[in-house]
Amino acid sequence: MLSAIVFLPALAALGLLAVPVRSPRAAFLWTWICVSAVDLVLVVGAWIGYHPQDGFGWAENIPWIPTAGVGYHVGVDGLSLPLVGLTAGLFLAVAVYSLRETRQVKSYVCLFLVLQTVCLGLFVALDLILFFVFFDLSIVGMFFVIAGWGHGERSRAAATQFFLYTFIGSLALLLGFIGLSLAATPHTFDMVTLARTQPLAGRGAYAGLVLLAVALGLAVKTPTVPFHTWLPPAHTEAPATGSAILAGVLLKMGTYGFVRIAMPMLPGTWRRYATVFVVVGVVSVIYGALVALAQTNFKRMIAYTSVNHMGYILLAVGAAGILAGTNGQARALAVTGAVTQMVSHGLLTGALFLLSGVLYDRGHTYEMSSYSGLAARTPVFAGATALAAFGSLGLPGLSGFIAEFQIFTGSLPSATLGTAVAILGILLTAALFLLALQRLFLGPLRFPDAPGTPALFSDLRASEVASVVPLLALAVVIGIAPRFLLEVIEPAAGTLVRLVSR
Amino acid sequence: MNERLGPLVPEIVLAAGSVVGLLSGSWLPRRRQWVVRLITAAACLAALAATGIAAAQAPTVDFGTSYVIDVATNTVRVTVLAATLLVVCLSIDAVAGHPRESEFYVLLQLAALGTIALAGANDLLLLFAAYLLASIPGYALAGFFKDALGTEAALKYYLMGALLGVAMLTGITLLYGVGRSTSYTVLRTALASAPHGVAAVGVVAVLAGLLFKAGGVPAHFWVPDVTDGTSTPVAAFVTTVPKIGGLAALLRLLTDAVPTNAVNWPLLVAILAAASMTLGNLAAFFQTSVKRLLAYSTVSQVGYLLMAVAVATRSGLGITSLLFYLLAYAATNLGAFAVVAELPQARSLSDYRGLARTHPGLAAVLVVCLLGLVGTPPTGVFLGKLEVFTATIDGGYGWLAAVAVANTVASLFYYLRWLGPLFLSQQTDSAAEPLQTTGGWPAIGAYTAGAASLTLGIAGGAVLPLLHGPLS
Repeated sequence: MLSAIVFLPALAALGLLAVPVRSPRAAFLWTWICVSAVDLVLVVGAWIGYHPQDGFGWAENIPWIPTAGVGYHVGVDGLSLPLVGLTAGLFLAVAVYSLRETRQVKSYVCLFLVLQTVCLGLFVALDLILFFVFFDLSIVGMFFVIAGWGHGERSRAAATQFFLYTFIGSLALLLGFIGLSLAATPHTFDMVTLARTQPLAGRGAYAGLVLLAVALGLAVKTPTVPFHTWLPPAHTEAPATGSAILAGVLLKMGTYGFVRIAMPMLPGTWRRYATVFVVVGVVSVIYGALVALAQTNFKRMIAYTSVNHMGYILLAVGAAGILAGTNGQARALAVTGAVTQMVSHGLLTGALFLLSGVLYDRGHTYEMSSYSGLAARTPVFAGATALAAFGSLGLPGLSGFIAEFQIFTGSLPSATLGTAVAILGILLTAALFLLALQRLFLGPLRFPDAPGTPALFSDLRASEVASVVPLLALAVVIGIAPRFLLEVIEPAAGTLVRLVSR
Repeated sequence: MNERLGPLVPEIVLAAGSVVGLLSGSWLPRRRQWVVRLITAAACLAALAATGIAAAQAPTVDFGTSYVIDVATNTVRVTVLAATLLVVCLSIDAVAGHPRESEFYVLLQLAALGTIALAGANDLLLLFAAYLLASIPGYALAGFFKDALGTEAALKYYLMGALLGVAMLTGITLLYGVGRSTSYTVLRTALASAPHGVAAVGVVAVLAGLLFKAGGVPAHFWVPDVTDGTSTPVAAFVTTVPKIGGLAALLRLLTDAVPTNAVNWPLLVAILAAASMTLGNLAAFFQTSVKRLLAYSTVSQVGYLLMAVAVATRSGLGITSLLFYLLAYAATNLGAFAVVAELPQARSLSDYRGLARTHPGLAAVLVVCLLGLVGTPPTGVFLGKLEVFTATIDGGYGWLAAVAVANTVASLFYYLRWLGPLFLSQQTDSAAEPLQTTGGWPAIGAYTAGAASLTLGIAGGAVLPLLHGPLS
């Protein structure tokens, strides 16, 4: 089942490769939409068939390179299933949004289909090398998206920077994985075995080095301050769809790595250095929000709010490693909040990046000073953006609130000072989103009239509505009735917290 | 005595193939010299088949203790023969109809034979004979087309090879002097009690020759000039095939003949590995010629390969990882060279602008091979690197693995400088059209090598167990 979900898009891409380039572009785009929709249906089926108390569901374990201790081991639990769902949903939204794409449609569709396989594969992987393979391929795929469909020549520099930067991270990760596997007898890369046996328990400095390598790799991908410098240029130069996937799915690979790999496999070391993660998280929250506040470029601003939002997740997973002054329930709440935040950020920021693509499509610039009073002309666009922005700043009734509320409640007992400082971040994000909304949508109507821009600044088209609105609707559903999501996450979060406190 | 010819069938077939090729080439009219190409291919295929049979047998030692047939020899045989077949495929369009076409293929076979003998040699004198047999055809091949650049390349190659060959011979003399034998088996016990200083000098001098074959720092100066100056098929050959034999010989010499308590060679090799990958990468950074870039990239690859040699006795994974990396490296490097051979007009990185639109297949092979050389999954070199890094950390050289990781990231930079232009739109103003393909043969070679590189990564689980086994 999981293999079908993961490899269906790649097989579709292989099939599409045989179709001549000159075929009508609608053929490619509609195939993509259909494949993504089928994949989403399969994921929903897997979700319904998964029982949260089971641990890993839909597991498949086949030897791949047995002499190296590498296996094809996949499975889902409450930590990965929401992200698998998010990935499938976001890719479908991106597919619908891309209906108007005209540049090299065949390669574009194939690339995104392969990227979907890679992203899904990463979240279901239960083998470190399998995880690493998908981790690295996601970088390669995104490099080609940014370099090939970005905004002009500068996008190549941004893509190269993105590739180099995240590749350093991935290799640090690989060193950490090798360190983990060598400590186990027999050498194995199997995540479940490694989490159960924790081969590095009591190996002070060595375990510290392994955690350093793993955390460095994940921190670059997440990204946290001070490893975030690749993010703004990559986002600014990437096409809207690429940005949505980059922020919505690829960033989650870093945070997911913390809860899937770093915490359960190195529990003792994680507890020892938990404060470091809390501090890095809080710094990311405040720094990301402050820098976002200073941006005049709409897309760059959203990019920096991602740094802020990922900071909350780091705060929560760090707090889950501090045992003093708290109990298992609070720590489980923090982890649940962290996973909810990953889903929520994926939905809302994905939507925001797609909407910024609409802005660029109409006005050919992201500069907020070029626009004013758009609400009068484009009510749907303004409404959708406002909803996504409010969700992103944590307004009750939307998914961001559920996530951040749990993070703060769960982190407060163990990381009191850090949580208190991080709450200021909410204030800053509220300020920056309100400021942005005011600049873009209120005041006298004004939009760029440069050559090449469409004369009419039109509202959202059908395909844009069909891609953005479902994401926002899901954010509202999670904000109002989050049980369906939390029921899946909570048992896994409880298990993780027990593993960490061993 | 154990002078059996049976285990040596692959080498004999190759030698017979070159003799038959030379003789028939002398009698064939020029337009029918392609027969020699067929003879070469048939010899390689027959030798491959013979190796397949030999690989199923237990490891043996032949001709006293001078020639060993074990997992290392068999892997080198397979790799060298398959690589030679690919090089033949790349050469067809370049040498077809050339007045000395048959000599070209004969020289290829002789060099391949020498390379295999390097890997099997278990005796210093045989090692030197193999060194000469692997080198001298290479010099002739480098200057084969008698153009100015090729002649210069051949001269540089020859001078460097002669100098380091003499150094190697000196080292052999010293080791013979203190060890009283040229057989590795005897040397192993004799060197332990020999004067350590002399033994160290001898080992270092022998290493000089083998590093020349491998193209590693500090014996790498010939690599960029020869690669850039000679024709692409020959460049592909000399940067891939001799390396395989050189590294296998290095592995056997150090692990079998030199006890680590006499000479601390693991540390020496580790330092050479770090130097090789770092200097190779630094020099490759701002190259604009694709062949020079590939040349320096092969220098840095030797560094990763030397890592595995450094930990060969310290980690159980060392030997297997080296053999697998050699296999994957040969396929990947030849794939990149095959694309270059298919586009003979495109000499600089910017000439590759727009390749993805005009020749998507070749661009795909180039992406697979260049990212493969970086070590991106799921290519063979990724699995090789994973094994090598694991062995290195397991062998206690964590710092070397960290250096290798830093270098891998650095290498990505110059490979991306090449890959970037592929996806841009083509220049329309220039009158010259650099992306003209030559005949179809190099393209077939490129697709084969690219597919092999990917297959080795995905189906590596089936190959790795075959490479396990002790050296004998």
